[in-house]
This record gives sequence, structure tokens and C-alpha cells, in this order.
Amino acid sequence: MIKLTRRAVIKAQAVAAAAAAAGASLPAQAANIVTDASKTDLKWSKAACRFCGTGCSIMVATKNDRVVATHGDAQSPVNKGLNCVKGYFLSKIMYGKDRLETPLLRKTDGKYDKEGEFEPVSWDEAFDIMAVKAKEAMKKNGPYAVGMFGSGQWTVWEGYAASKLWKAGFRSNSIDPNARHCMASAVGAFMRTFGIDEPMGCYDDFENADAFVLWGSNMAEMHPVLWTRLADRRLSNPDVKVAVLSTYQHRSFDLADIPMVFTPQTDLVIANFIANYIIQNEAVDMDFVSKHTNFRLGNQDIGYGLRPEHPLQQAAKNADKAGGSKEISFEEYAKFVEPYTLEYAEKMSGVPANRLLELAKLYADPDKKVMSLWTMGANQHTRGVWVNQLFYNIHLLTGKISKPGCGPFSLTGQPSACGTAREVGTFSHRLPADMVVANPAHRKITEEIWKLPDGTIPAKPGYHAVLQSRMLKDGKLNFYWTQVTNNMQAGPNVVEEIYPGWRNPENFVVVSDPYPTVSAMAADLILPTAMWVEKEGAYGNAERRTQFWNQLVSAPGEAKSDLWQTVEFSKRFKVEEVWPEELLAKAPEYRGKTLYDILFANGQVDKFPLSDMNSDYGNHESNDFGFYLQKGLFEEYATFGRGHGHDLADFDVYHKERGLRWPVVNGKETQWRFREGSDPYVGEGKGFEFYGHKDGRARIFALPYEPAAESPDEEYDFWLCTGRVVEHWHTGSMTQRVPELYKAFPDAVCYMHPDDAEAKGLRRGSEVRVVSRRGEITTRIETRGRNKPPKGLVFVPFFDASQLINKVTLDATDPLSKQTDYKKCAVKIVAV
Amino acid sequence: MKLLKLILASLIAATVFGGASSYAAETISEMRNADILTQDAAPRISKVVNSDERQVRNYPEQPPLIPHKIDGYQIDKRLNKCMTCHSRTAVEQSQAPMISVTHFMNREGQFLASVSPRRFFCTQCHVTQTEAKPPMENTFVDVDDVLDGKTDK
Repeated sequence: MIKLTRRAVIKAQAVAAAAAAAGASLPAQAANIVTDASKTDLKWSKAACRFCGTGCSIMVATKNDRVVATHGDAQSPVNKGLNCVKGYFLSKIMYGKDRLETPLLRKTDGKYDKEGEFEPVSWDEAFDIMAVKAKEAMKKNGPYAVGMFGSGQWTVWEGYAASKLWKAGFRSNSIDPNARHCMASAVGAFMRTFGIDEPMGCYDDFENADAFVLWGSNMAEMHPVLWTRLADRRLSNPDVKVAVLSTYQHRSFDLADIPMVFTPQTDLVIANFIANYIIQNEAVDMDFVSKHTNFRLGNQDIGYGLRPEHPLQQAAKNADKAGGSKEISFEEYAKFVEPYTLEYAEKMSGVPANRLLELAKLYADPDKKVMSLWTMGANQHTRGVWVNQLFYNIHLLTGKISKPGCGPFSLTGQPSACGTAREVGTFSHRLPADMVVANPAHRKITEEIWKLPDGTIPAKPGYHAVLQSRMLKDGKLNFYWTQVTNNMQAGPNVVEEIYPGWRNPENFVVVSDPYPTVSAMAADLILPTAMWVEKEGAYGNAERRTQFWNQLVSAPGEAKSDLWQTVEFSKRFKVEEVWPEELLAKAPEYRGKTLYDILFANGQVDKFPLSDMNSDYGNHESNDFGFYLQKGLFEEYATFGRGHGHDLADFDVYHKERGLRWPVVNGKETQWRFREGSDPYVGEGKGFEFYGHKDGRARIFALPYEPAAESPDEEYDFWLCTGRVVEHWHTGSMTQRVPELYKAFPDAVCYMHPDDAEAKGLRRGSEVRVVSRRGEITTRIETRGRNKPPKGLVFVPFFDASQLINKVTLDATDPLSKQTDYKKCAVKIVAV
Repeated sequence: MKLLKLILASLIAATVFGGASSYAAETISEMRNADILTQDAAPRISKVVNSDERQVRNYPEQPPLIPHKIDGYQIDKRLNKCMTCHSRTAVEQSQAPMISVTHFMNREGQFLASVSPRRFFCTQCHVTQTEAKPPMENTFVDVDDVLDGKTDK
């Protein structure tokens, strides 16, 4: 930037003023202020933020096919004009200089070679080699050898199209989203406790609560705009209380009335203590509990989701029956939680008894409306489903649920983990609208809507995220395509479990991304992706709000959206190449057709003409295929949920609204589910109805404390916790390319207690190796700043591509949800 | 294990990430210099820019960057250190920029007597800058240059 002194500025202005006074006709750009409306008018359009699960609405200004400004949408009920620092810099995320503009294939001497160099190829050549490799994989190891790893950052129709191509077209359930790393435990708990996924409450709870309890969540950095709503409520109303629980002190503690740093994994103890306290002090809402709940005892000793030969798996009694449970009485449940006394909770967690008591009293006080909030601290947990369920227990016992200002609120990590990964059902075991592949009735409904012969969708769940890595390494998953995700940086145990599989000579790996990420570098073929407002999109946020946006600018070069890539790829398969004869015999009309004809040009997806599109905006996919693709996919998808508690409004409505919270019935959105008067699905006179379960009751599950998969010992003497920072989104592939965000937090560091550092002869800035049994990174010690770990724990963020902390983490998962625990493993810190 | 060793050996032999062809060298990420399995030395912790010089905003809605150190600033429910210089009544003495008028508005857009609690935690939007050099250029074009026709499309 050229530096101007104040004197120079005034001089330049004087020249302009003199010219104007003399009537000289200066060109418009020579005047010091442009006022000509034809030049200054910007085209403003709405969009959803590209980053977290909060789902802020953004106003985007474009001029000459460029995004020139963005700001928080004042009309959006979510953020009312606010953004976080990442959101305010959305304008720049698409303009990193190294945007990928053409497919790149590894080649030697003009031919594909896994050990070759990346060379630009045409889309045709890219799809040709992909089709060859996918067909080879199917022939070798069956349909499940063809896998896809998608994302909670997929738009709704991108996830839907991919899921349909995989589960119906390729007949492979080996498709999973990175939301597996993020929300799978939340889903597991919703399904077990309520029989239906996603929060009952909504963001309006923030303005109505008397107390907030953060269970392991650092909302101040990870859900900053929701934090503004919480802070607004707390600071405007001095009687409101905020309790913050975490394994280390962070920015959310700045607002805490009851701060609590607990020993990792003992959230299970604290939650059971609160339930016990509520029962012991007769604070149970017996009327609510007797009408709306029943009790179950879950199987224990369920293992850690490691490879079957791992000693921890071998030792676990119920590793193969992790989901089992049986009905018990309230009295049996009360007996079960009885050992979780205040003394035991204090001893196990390290939290002083007076604070634990204060926390328990918030929940026990019948006049206090309490909102519990959590994200990765609870979900990325080898007992993630359990700990989610234990929070529900507390709210169900006290009847503090589905009421304004009151309720357990599972926050979402990604912008469409709810809208796409969960609602569309892009998991390896799921179908749309909470249905699952293992259920024959669910498969039948799906096949009917998709106009497919009976038996098309296979019953066996496919490879989930962590299993995909293992199967690539073992040579059983041979064709692998990832979209909107960067698993080589974000997946666990990179050195032992991910990298070997990607570079396994038996496998062909395709990465779709706007930028050359760490994953792209490790792939065999890279596809250039049109991102965010370079395509028409839809996201669903944490409060069930579905939001749409239009394509606002063109993508660079030959970059195309993931939607276009998936649908175009389907043209490369004749149905005879992928379906067995006995299936095809049931649908002879499909003979000779391509998967594109059967899945997308099926009379439903292709039924809306291009003239239905808004002529003010582009749409590169629809213009290419010749019909309004997004509308067709959405309307077919919406068939699954309408009339079944997942009702979505008509496609066109979402292009006008700042989003609507499902179920949307008779044009009206739903704020609080399961409560009469707010949720149209609750029967008259019922008061509350947890209709996800046939008996209309929620389940209170008796579940114990069990230790972490790996804890510090003499050699590996620290807990390692990983996570995010407010300035960067996940692996930093977008935000590290925005100079202001890069310079705000350029490199990962290892946050450590100053006493621990001193004991090791280290200080702030010392270079160290963070070493686990699996891998290591080199980084610098930080003893000051936003995160203050207790002694014995270090925190390292994962946004930095040059410091891959997931080389160190452990791929232990919750056996129920298959979600990785990124918050707990054992490391040693060694000076360099 | 044998298979794994074989794979690793072939990887080490390959010059996959070396950028042998000029095209690959240009295209492959500058966010990471080393092969995935090797480890770079960690860069020193960058110093925070403390020049007090205001920066041009990319667009008017962008929150201004903090051009000075904020080490140890207390911003919690008891105190907001930033406001000792940037509050409406402090700026005459501090000559620091006053917080934007938007910061007095509640969710409904109505002005309050004091700063809105929803804007209380300054560092959610305003960040300091270190001296670290961004590894990748950004080609965002300022709207003034778009008006001048200086787009690269």
C-alpha cells in the first residue's frame, strides 16, 4: 500500500477541486468521489455464510461478476446484521491466487501414473479415467469398493445427488460425510433418546433463558454470533447465569459465572451427578417424567471403535453389542446414578464441590429456564452418544425441554451438517428423513420415490469415515472420491491409517476442491470446484433452518460445482455395467440406459424447465443439463419428509425467505418441536409428545462413566486436545488464503500451562515436538493468550497445513456413532 | 506390515511433491512445503504489528483491524479494556477511533444508551495482525478498481 501523508492527501484533493471549479471535464474516476449511480450501485443478494453451523445470513455485493463486499444480513433472525471476523472476510475466500481452474491428473509420459506428476487434463479425460477406475474397483471387490467421502459443507442437492448416485446407482453404501467426525454422536443420541434427529429448540431460546450451561463448548470462538446472543442476554440481565465446563480455560470463560475445568472424560461423571442430585433433592418433575418418558439401561463396556484386533477391542465385553439396552424402572435408574455423589464427582473431575453444587442447583431449580449447549467436546468423544444422552436425561428429569428458553441444544459444527449430512442422510447407514438402509421398509419407501426396482438399495451399511481410511489401507476400498473436505489434514491418525491408503497402489483417489489442499496433493486426480456463491446452494443450520442462495458470480476457469461433477459422472455408467441381471430384469425399461437417465433424467428431477429460474442469476449446472436441476432434486428430496415430521416448504419460497425452520406445515415454520401449540405434529391435549418413538415417550438412559481410550502415562505424560480458533475455518484452506485472517493467526501453536513449560525448561516460543505413539509434529510453545490449559494438558489447533496435528491423534471412535475422539490422546512434549 | 513398508518405500522413491515439472511447482500448495510424512521446522511465533497505523478496509462493512498489541487486555464481564480508549467519551483524550454507531444498536436496530452487549467481545470481529507474510496472494479486487475496470477476469 502506498503511504500518503495528510499533506499529500489535501494537495491531491485541491487539484480535483480546482479542476471541478474550472469546469474541466475530468473523467469520472478522476473526481475524488464517484456519485454516478450507474457506477456506485451494487447488486446485493442474500446468501448463507460458508462457515459454521450457526447459519448466519449474509448480504453479498457483486459488480462486474466479482464479489466486492459482504456484510451480516440485518433482516436475518439468526444474526441480525452481525458476523464474526471470518464472516466479515467472506468476500475474499474465493480469490486465493492458487484457485484450481482445470482438472489435474498424475501422469508419466502422457499416461496416468500413480507416481507421476500432476498435469492438466480435460474434464472428459478426467471422467474417462474415473469411470475406468470405478469399474475396475467394482469388478475386483464389489460395489462397496467404490467410496465417497462428502461433507457437512455440501449444499443440500449436492449431498442428495451424491447419495442417490452411490446408494441407488452404484449400489454402494460406502458414502459418508465428514459430519461423521463432527455430528455423528449427536445424531446417535437424538435417535436413541427421541427417535428423531435434530434439536427440539431454536435460537429464540437465547433471549428467553435464565441460565446457560456450556458443556465443553467454546462458543466464543466456534459459534461467535450465537455467543453474541448469549452475551447480550447475560450482560443485559444481571440475574442470568453462565456456567462453562471445559478441559481447559478458553475465551468463553470470560463470561462465566461458574467456571469449571474438569479432567477429560469426567463429563460423564458430572452429568450423572447432576441427575443424582435432582433425584436426591426431589427436583424431578414427576408429572412430566411419568407422562412423557420411560427408562432404559444401556449396554456397558462397549470398546473404542478401534480395529478389531486392537487389545482394547478384544477386552471389551460388548464391542459387538454396543447399541443394546433393556427397559428399567425409575427406581432402578435412581439406584444406578446413586454412586455419582458430589464427593465422587469432585474427586473424579477435579472441579471444586461448591461449583458442582451451584451447577446442579441451576438445573434443579424449577423456576430457572436452563439452556445446555455443546458441540465437539461432547461429540468427539469415545462415549459421545452417551454423554449427549446424559444431558438429555437432566432436561427430561426436570421437564426443562421444548419450552422457550429451556432445553438441551446440540450445536452443529458445519454449515449444513444438519441440512445435508443428517437430513438428506448421506451417512453410510442412512437414507433421507431419518431412515436407514438396514430397515427394509425404509429402503422400499426410498426405492418407490426414486422409481427403482425392489432390492436396488443394499441393506448393509457401507464404510464410515474412519473405516474408509482403514479399508483403503487394506486394499478393500479402491475407488475413492472426496468433495468439500480435507481428510488428509482433518482425519485422525494420518500417518498410520490415512496416508498409506491414499497412496496404496491398488487405489485411485479423486479430490474435488477449489484449492490445492493437503488432501489434493495426496490424490491421483484433482477436480477444480466452483465454491459458495459460484453456484446455487442450500444449507440447513443447527436450528433446523433451511436457507437458499443463488449463483452470484462465475467460477474461474473450468471449475464446476460438486453437483455438476457428480451428475455429469453418472453419464459414464450404463446400468448393465453396475446392476446385476436379476435386478435389471425387474425393470426392463431401464435396459440400455445410463445412471444419469435413471437417477436424474427420471421425469421428476428434470421436470422443471429453465424458465423457472430467476433470470437475474446464472446457474451453470442447469444451463448445462437443460433443466432446473436444483429445483428438481430439492422437490424430489422434499417428498421424503413432507407429512412425516420433516416437512420442507416449496423450493421457490426459500429463495424469498431468510430461511425457515422445519417442519414447515401450511406455510408455518416450527420453533419448538414436541410441544403442543408450537409443533403441529403433537396431538391435541397431549401437552408434549416425543413422536419420534411410537409410544410418544423420550428415553432416559442409564449409562455409566467409562475411561478414555488412551490416557497419559509415565512416557506420554500429557493429554492432547485439538480444536479450532475463531479466525480460521477447519483446515484453513479458505481462511489461510485471506491475508488478514492469516496474519491474525498464522501458525498453529501448542498451548501449555506455564508451570509445565518451566518444568521442562521451555518457555513461550520454544520449538518442540508433540509426539504420540503414532506420529509427531514440530511446533512452538504458547503459554499466554486465549487458551489456558491446566497442568498436564496441551491444546493444538488443526487449521495449519504445515503442522498436521492429526498425524498425532488417535483414531479411536465412539462404538455407537463411529465418531472420532479428537479431544483425548496421550502425547509427550520434547524440546527440539 | 510388509505391504505397508513397500508402500512407504515407493513413496520415498517418488518425487511426487518435489514439483519436478514447472506446472506442478506452480500449482501445488504453498501452504505446506514438506511432504506429508516429513516435518518442517516450526516458524517462530510472529510479532504483533504495533504501528498504530490504520489500514484501508477492503469494503466499508469490514471491521477495522487492530493496529496495536492487545496482550493481556481484559475483556470479560467485569471490564472491557478496549473501551478505555475507544468509547464515545474516551476518544477526545485517547484520539483513538470511536466504536462504530452500529455498536450502540440492539437486535432490533434501536440505539441504546451505551454499547450493546451483543458487541461486547471485541475480538470476535476485530483482530490484530502479526508480521507473518501470507504464503498465498489474494486477488480480491477493491470495488474502486472494479469501477475503473481493473478486474482480472
